Amino acid sequence: MLTPEEIRELEADLAHYPQKQSGCVDALKIVQRRRGWISDDTLREVAVYLEMTPEELDGVATFYPVIFRRQVGRHIIRICDSVSCWIMGYEKVYSALNGTLGIRLGETTADGRFTLLPSACLGVCEHAPALMIDDDLIADWNPGNVDGILSRYP
Amino acid sequence: MAVIYIDNRPYTVKDGQNLLQACLGLGFDVPYFCWHPALGSVGACRQCAVKQFKDEHDTRGKIVMSCMTPAADGVRISIDDPEVREFRASVIEWMMINHPHDCPVCDEGGECHLQDMTVMTGHVHREYNFPKRTFRNQNLGPLVNHEMNRCIHCYRCVRFYRQYAGGRDFDALAAHDHVYFGRSEDGVLENEFSGNLVEVCPTGVFTDKTLKRHYSRKWDLQTAPSICVHCGLGCNTIAGSRYGQLRRIRNRYNGEVNGYFLCDRGRYGYEFVTGDSRIEQPLARPERSAALERVARGEALQRAASFLRDRGRVIGIGSPRASLEANYALRRLVGPDRFYLGVSTEDYRMTAAALKILQAGPARSPSLKEVRMADAALVLGEDVTNTAPVLALALRQLVHPKADAAAKTFDLPSWSDAAIRELVQDEKESLFLATPAHTKLEDAACQTYHAAPDNLARLGFAVAHRIDPASPAVPDLAEEVDRLAEEIAAALVSAKRPLIVSGTGCCSEAMLQAAANVAWALCRRGNPALLSLVLPEANSIGLGLMGGGDLQSAFQALREERADTVVVLENDLYRRESAAAVDAALQLAKHVILIDHTRHAMAEKADLILPAATFAEESGTLVNSEGRAQRYYQVLLPKASVQPSWRWLGLLNEPASGTADEELFKLDGILADIAGELPQFRPILEIAPPSGFRMMGQKVPRQSPRSSGRTAIDAKENVSEPKPPEDPDSPLAFSMEGDEGLPPPALIPRFWAPGWNSDQAVNKFQAEIGGALRSGDPGKRLIEPQVGAQPDFFQTVPTVFEPHDGRLLLVPLYHIFGSEPLSALSRGIAELTSGRYVALHPADAAAQKIAEGDTVQLELDGISLELPVKIAASLPPGVAGLPSGLPGMEHVALPSWCTVTTILQTPPLAPPQNGEGVGGGVGAQS
Repeated sequence: MLTPEEIRELEADLAHYPQKQSGCVDALKIVQRRRGWISDDTLREVAVYLEMTPEELDGVATFYPVIFRRQVGRHIIRICDSVSCWIMGYEKVYSALNGTLGIRLGETTADGRFTLLPSACLGVCEHAPALMIDDDLIADWNPGNVDGILSRYP
Repeated sequence: MAVIYIDNRPYTVKDGQNLLQACLGLGFDVPYFCWHPALGSVGACRQCAVKQFKDEHDTRGKIVMSCMTPAADGVRISIDDPEVREFRASVIEWMMINHPHDCPVCDEGGECHLQDMTVMTGHVHREYNFPKRTFRNQNLGPLVNHEMNRCIHCYRCVRFYRQYAGGRDFDALAAHDHVYFGRSEDGVLENEFSGNLVEVCPTGVFTDKTLKRHYSRKWDLQTAPSICVHCGLGCNTIAGSRYGQLRRIRNRYNGEVNGYFLCDRGRYGYEFVTGDSRIEQPLARPERSAALERVARGEALQRAASFLRDRGRVIGIGSPRASLEANYALRRLVGPDRFYLGVSTEDYRMTAAALKILQAGPARSPSLKEVRMADAALVLGEDVTNTAPVLALALRQLVHPKADAAAKTFDLPSWSDAAIRELVQDEKESLFLATPAHTKLEDAACQTYHAAPDNLARLGFAVAHRIDPASPAVPDLAEEVDRLAEEIAAALVSAKRPLIVSGTGCCSEAMLQAAANVAWALCRRGNPALLSLVLPEANSIGLGLMGGGDLQSAFQALREERADTVVVLENDLYRRESAAAVDAALQLAKHVILIDHTRHAMAEKADLILPAATFAEESGTLVNSEGRAQRYYQVLLPKASVQPSWRWLGLLNEPASGTADEELFKLDGILADIAGELPQFRPILEIAPPSGFRMMGQKVPRQSPRSSGRTAIDAKENVSEPKPPEDPDSPLAFSMEGDEGLPPPALIPRFWAPGWNSDQAVNKFQAEIGGALRSGDPGKRLIEPQVGAQPDFFQTVPTVFEPHDGRLLLVPLYHIFGSEPLSALSRGIAELTSGRYVALHPADAAAQKIAEGDTVQLELDGISLELPVKIAASLPPGVAGLPSGLPGMEHVALPSWCTVTTILQTPPLAPPQNGEGVGGGVGAQS
């Protein structure tokens, strides 16, 4: 069941659109912010609220890599693996994180703290290699002080 | 007309086409995937690339997608240019990266568009040797099989399912190279046209799950042109058999009728032919109280002869689900005065009224093609999704006024699917639905109105009065209904091709009259209105045209002792009249002979049962709701004593020639008799060539030249290859030998052309892509309107429906799966058939403290039924709904007043999530 707070937030946001369905990406983001990810049950609840079928909403949800249809950790690490970052040392970045956290791309640490994901481009090629943890961009990262950086994300 | 240049040679093509259509129409092989003549162009797959040149001096040219480029006058293209050939081959190479190449174990193999296109482009060597992406498949229910790994992402399935058929429980999920076409979780596809995915998919992602149980390759199937027997629309089908068993039904393109698509009842209802209920032997009882015993064919005929000795005492009861030939043969056996149509008084009255309206009035009964081309429609009283499904699919394709205007304003061609959808957005077509309760077509309608049948008819009369004040006014009309009538009238008057749809679904003559008034009022104004009346069964109109009494008159003849022997033709009378009435009447008969292919309640009353052929085992003629007479052909040899009803009846008529001389009774002979005696049927001789027709001196083969195993199939019994069976009734042969040329359209046994093994080979059979078949679409119309006639308007406007105190008006609700008895015997359909129930309006339920799921007792006309309750908010207060004809349901004449009392209350349940479960669709899934 959607909580009253979720419904309040959804109502406020969807008021900006001519039809509820137009705001489906926003709705998914709103609910995901509170629940961490979009489970099958959550998807169905949001779909009913938006008067969409689960298929229609899932088509949107599964299209965007920032909507999670599987459970993720408390913090998301995205490593840029596109051309510039790859040339400038993506593999070193990956090994550093992999070595510290013991997880590969697409995996979550056993304590549910971090999920490691690839990103096609973070848009900061001039600062390659780059990665992003939650909403923080970490640019020109020559892997060092891994523990120090990660310790900011309890 | 436009002149286009293909590889420097000029060709004349029709205006308004795209280059792909034009090239295919000219006979060129241009490969394609995402384009479909009924779905239009979206330019997604990049397969149909050709090179376009500015003028005759341009040598470089540019690659364009032929499906997205108009075939305008002067366009110069090359299909053969090396660069564009390489481009097309590389498109196939991309698609093949993830395709599993599992053709040997794929049900699509041998009729796969992807195979054909791959061969056509010449891409034969694969260099990709990395892992392929794989998916988990879904269980999509008993009809459609899902194998996503084979997908090439042309998007045809979602475009058909969602945009063309209006389904919402299926979509494209995810992105990149792992786009997944399916549901959000396993489950039955809810749309009643889901089976078309099997034909729409260019490869083996969606295949026929019922065929899987008795699989055969297309080239091994013995096929023949057939007609669907599961509703009144007469969709054209191709029936396929192997080893003497019916294996599957596919669509047979007929531009005027079903076009490219069938409904799931028509596609999957065929398994009754091989079902457990088949009657395969003559059965007789030594005396009334004894059990039925198998008897030899000769003895059965002798017994029949003794029953029929006194011809003056014999009556015949025909059937709207039997062929014209069978009904006529019965009529000839017993004489026109003693031939009865085998339908209830209500059905009889409704069919007669519908026929009279279509024959005497100026409004034309449209083909389904004309329905698809209409630009405004009013549906009065009929739940078409459940009573005539493909008509509902056609109504979803009404031309949107905006699309029509856009074609002119923006020079936007009609095939430009994505652009037109962008323009129209969510605006609805001018489709108005007025039905007793919610129907599944409502998402496509701009206005819906739910009311009791009398009030629906009143709306119709009000619309007619708005259009032509000379038609009767409707007294005491509620203001909002009047406003709706005004809106509907305005839409119909401003439409270029307005359409009125009604039918016998509500069993209300006033409804038909109201529909006629609307159509006639439009005709008087000079608007060429179309009037489509839905009749319930495959040959309802044919039987109506033949004429004869109703079932009650037959019973009366027995009561008045004018007859003591009854011959019942392919008819379960217990579905027509109340059990008490049928029992009482049959009690009076000394002898009852039943000729049928499937066991039903009548078997208990018959003294002699003769095993009849089903549609797959005989050739014959059916007349659909449009009034179009169509021929269907035998596709397989029946079991030993089974034969067409009309042949049995011929034998009974001439017992002297009895055992050996059945060859005398050939289809041509009986057709000539019908046309000679009943002039209204004269055109049936022209539907298809007679049995003596030959192409280059040869018959048309039912088997493909690749049909395998002919010398081996019977080798376990005899190593000598048997002579192919003869078919005295048609120019089709039970053989692979014959002429491989293009047969006359009514005789097309399968769509196949060199290089085109899939159904898409239909391109080669059409005079114009997406248009009529070469030499014209088959079928002959037996009913034409009286153009310019101005018949008097019907004057009797029903009074406002008043709910009765303590009683509810029970109206029939229909289910695509279940309401038609033959298809309901098929395994896949049976799984989807709804349970019995009665639907009540929440207020009526609340008044008696009845909740969803409670069991109630329904009392009406001396009949008492115990049924679970469904609550249906869309029903009008005072009206209850009873599903029509579900297996095991007793016949109840509807509409009828009833009382409802609670017998059993169940603990409250959570309300269902998918809205209400009445009438087909949603209910069918529960």
